This record gives sequence, C-alpha cells and structure tokens, in this order.
Amino acid sequence: MNDLGEHTVSAYDEELQGIVGKIVEMGGQAERIMEQAVSALLRGDQALAQTAIAGDQLLNSLQRDVDEQAVLVITRRQPVAQDLREIIGAIRLSADIERIGDLGKNIARRALVIDGSIKPQAAYGIEHLTDLASEQVKNVLDAYAERDVMRAQEVWRRDSEIDSVYMSLFRELLTYMMEDPRQITSCTSLLFCAKNVERIGDHATNIAETIYYIEKGEVYPPEGDEAGQARGGNV
Amino acid sequence: MNQMTPVEIEQTVKKLSKKSEVAMNTKIRSRNVHVYYGDKEAIKGVDLDIPEKQVTALIGPSGCGKSTFLRCLNRMNDTIDICRVTGNIEIDGQDIYDPSVDVVDLRATVGMVFQKPNPFPKSIYENVAYGPKIHGLARSKTDLDEIVETSLRRAGLFDEVKDRLDAPGTGLSGGQQQRLCIARAIAVSPTVILMDEPCSALDPIATAIVEELIDELRENYTIVIVTHSMQQAARVSQMTAMFHLGDIVEHADTDTIFTNPSEKRTQDYITGRFG
Repeated sequence: MNDLGEHTVSAYDEELQGIVGKIVEMGGQAERIMEQAVSALLRGDQALAQTAIAGDQLLNSLQRDVDEQAVLVITRRQPVAQDLREIIGAIRLSADIERIGDLGKNIARRALVIDGSIKPQAAYGIEHLTDLASEQVKNVLDAYAERDVMRAQEVWRRDSEIDSVYMSLFRELLTYMMEDPRQITSCTSLLFCAKNVERIGDHATNIAETIYYIEKGEVYPPEGDEAGQARGGNV
Repeated sequence: MNQMTPVEIEQTVKKLSKKSEVAMNTKIRSRNVHVYYGDKEAIKGVDLDIPEKQVTALIGPSGCGKSTFLRCLNRMNDTIDICRVTGNIEIDGQDIYDPSVDVVDLRATVGMVFQKPNPFPKSIYENVAYGPKIHGLARSKTDLDEIVETSLRRAGLFDEVKDRLDAPGTGLSGGQQQRLCIARAIAVSPTVILMDEPCSALDPIATAIVEELIDELRENYTIVIVTHSMQQAARVSQMTAMFHLGDIVEHADTDTIFTNPSEKRTQDYITGRFG
C-alpha cells in the first residue's frame, strides 16, 4: 500500500489504515501473550500465566473488530486490486494472529498445571524453541508493518529450523520420560507446550504467505515449487 | 462422497492449480489507431484485439478516449466533420475503413446501444421492425413478426410487452426502453454490439436485468462495453482494457485487472486514487 497514492475519498484511506493499525496491535498483543506464557511456564509464575490467559480475550475482541471493519469496507467501498487484497489479507492475518494468542493461552494453562516443576535441561530446550518462534513472529509482523516481502519470505524459509528443533526436543523429552517415569506428567505437558510453540511458527509462515499475497497478488510458494507446496501443507 | 485415491487427489490438485484457458478467436483487430478531433489527438495509436463472443470492457477516466475508440468500431465518428481516424481496424479480417465498405451495412453488423435509451417515437413493434424492414431482412409480415418477437425475447422484454406491442416505445420505463434499444440492435442480426455506458441512466434493478442480458447475449454476440462502473466492468466482462490519455495502459483478462493489475495507473484508477 505504501507505493500507492491516496484515495480520492480520504475516509477510505482512514478505514484501511485503521484496519492495518489494528492488525499491528493484534500482533503486539499476541507476542506479549506468548512471551508471558512461556515465561510463566519456565518460572512457575502463576500470576503471569493468568495475565497471559486474560490477554487472549483482548486479542479475541480485536479480531472481531478487524473482521467487522473489513466487512464494512467491503460493503462501503467494494475494494478491488491491492485494496481488496489488503482486506482479504487482514481477515486472514487476524485469524492467524488470533490463533497464535490461543496457542499462547494453552501454554499459560499448562504453566498453571506444571507450576514450575520442570527439569532444567528440558526448560532450556523449550526456551530455545520459543526464542526461535518469537523471532519468527516478530520478524513476520515487522515485515507486515514495513511491507517487506523479502523479509516475509525469509521467515517462511526459516520455519524448517523450528520444525527440526521441535523434533529434537520431542526426542529429548521422550528420553527423560524413559529415564524417570515420575517425569512423565510434566514432560507430557512440556510436549504439548512445545507443540504449541511449533504451531505458532506455522502461523508465522501463514502470515508470511499472506503478506506475499497482499503485496504481489500471487500465492506463495509459487506453483510448481513442489518442496514448498509440500511444506506448506504442514499447517 | 467417494473416497479419492492418492493419484486422483494429485490429479485434482493439478487441475485446480491450472487456470482455465479458453481458446479465443479475435473478432476485432485494431492496429495503430489514431483519432484526431481537428488538431487534437484523442486516440494515440491503439492496438487492441477483441475476442469473439466475449464481453470486453473499456474503462478509464473521463476524456481518456474509450468512447471515441468504441465509436471507431462502427464508424460512428464519420458523422463528426472534424474527426479523422487513421490506422487499421478489421472485423473478421475485413478492413472496416476500406472505401468499399457500406457504412449502413457495417452499422447493422456492429450494433450500438447508447447511454440514454433512445427509442424512436413509434410503437414498440415499429422500433424493432424498422431496421429489418430497411435492410430487407423480412420477406413477409410473418417473417417480420418473427424477427420482432425473437429480438424482444433475446432482449428479455417480450413477456413484459407482448400485450401492448402497438403502444409507444417511449412509454416504457427507462430499463425497458434500454432493452428495447438492445432488441432494436439485435433485430438486424449484428455480430458485434457496442454499448456506451448502457446502464448509467438506469436504477439498480434495471441495471441488474441489463447485466444479466449482456451475459446471455455473449453466447451469440461479441460485446464491447464502455462503463464508468468498475464493479460493472468486473461483473460483466471477460476482458478489460484500461484507457488513459488516449492510450491503452493495460489490457488483460478482467479477473487479473481487478485483483492484480500490473500497471500502477490501472491500480490507481480502479481503486479510486485518480480519475
């Protein structure tokens, strides 16, 4: 949208900017929930876990707001071309970001159950995985705000890193459970948390695809990119 | 639903990912068309291929030359003294500006519907029958009756007027008058119908009826429509040509123009950023 001029009807610009602003706000909120949830999990901070859970409600209402605004713009302006992609993109992005919030909330709920009883080595693994996912989410949201397609593609390509870290963490947790059956309960919870973090990474790639669509008007990865298509299917 | 095998799924996915390509024959071919009003150059060397039995929309801001170009296609510009057309326009391979071409015949082959419905001050029947009569298309009254009925039916008007064919055409509603004008154009067996903002004087219901009609007419006729309504262009046409300052900025299938235009000027215009 940056390279285009202003609409003749200035209210149209304001409506579109309003929606973009809300998406950015949602992104910030989702990042916060995720950070709080994982921090609560690792430190056994029950209050922080509750904050993360409550924060998800805010995200849900922001999503409803974005969707309502998008429907109104379609009704009032009958958008076409990039404006249309912007609106369709906003609807998709709000769904993906809202899901990131839900996954964060799931982690916060596990944090309440586990209550700090985590093996330090396992905690390290989760922390590493979360750092990777957080970075992906941050990068992809920056890419949206700055309309940086290259950066979005970079996020898309880096998802495989999260997948492989998740797989090794998965094996590591299995080992702990085999070593000490008393760890089964907490390690199972951690496995769910790790899966949630890995899914957050997948949503970051969805967002990257949507950014590409908004800016280029084409699907990403391009047709014929067999490897890419197959990877895209993991979401 | 039947269970699909992995191979069938793969085939379906391949089919879905391929955009359907319709073979299109060129009906109207224009090359390097220039139009001058006195010293002013209104069209600056337009090349455009218009496919047969498709609706092609010409869009662009006021004064961009789209109506002028449309009027070249049945030599309506000949009626303007200071207007001069150069370049080449062929319909079915025949140069329509060739001196041997009979302009009256050309305008029967290439019918036109205008912005404001303009029925003759005659009966509904006479409005449609006039063209076939002067072109000698009907040998008998029965023939003529049949042409009138068929034309009115194709224009989606027959059932509404069949009991009052002798009533004046000017007594119909705006939307009905426009369909009467379409019936009148169809009556002389054209192959191309030009429409210059045919719905701009109509209410939304009458517009919807005419748009539905355009879609049905596409089966038998090549249609070129000038419209200021972007939504209408997106709804009724298969191809769209964007004009600006006497040039074609972009010409592509309508779906592409309205979702992912390649030219900035097209994008700016259709999204309401200038014009």
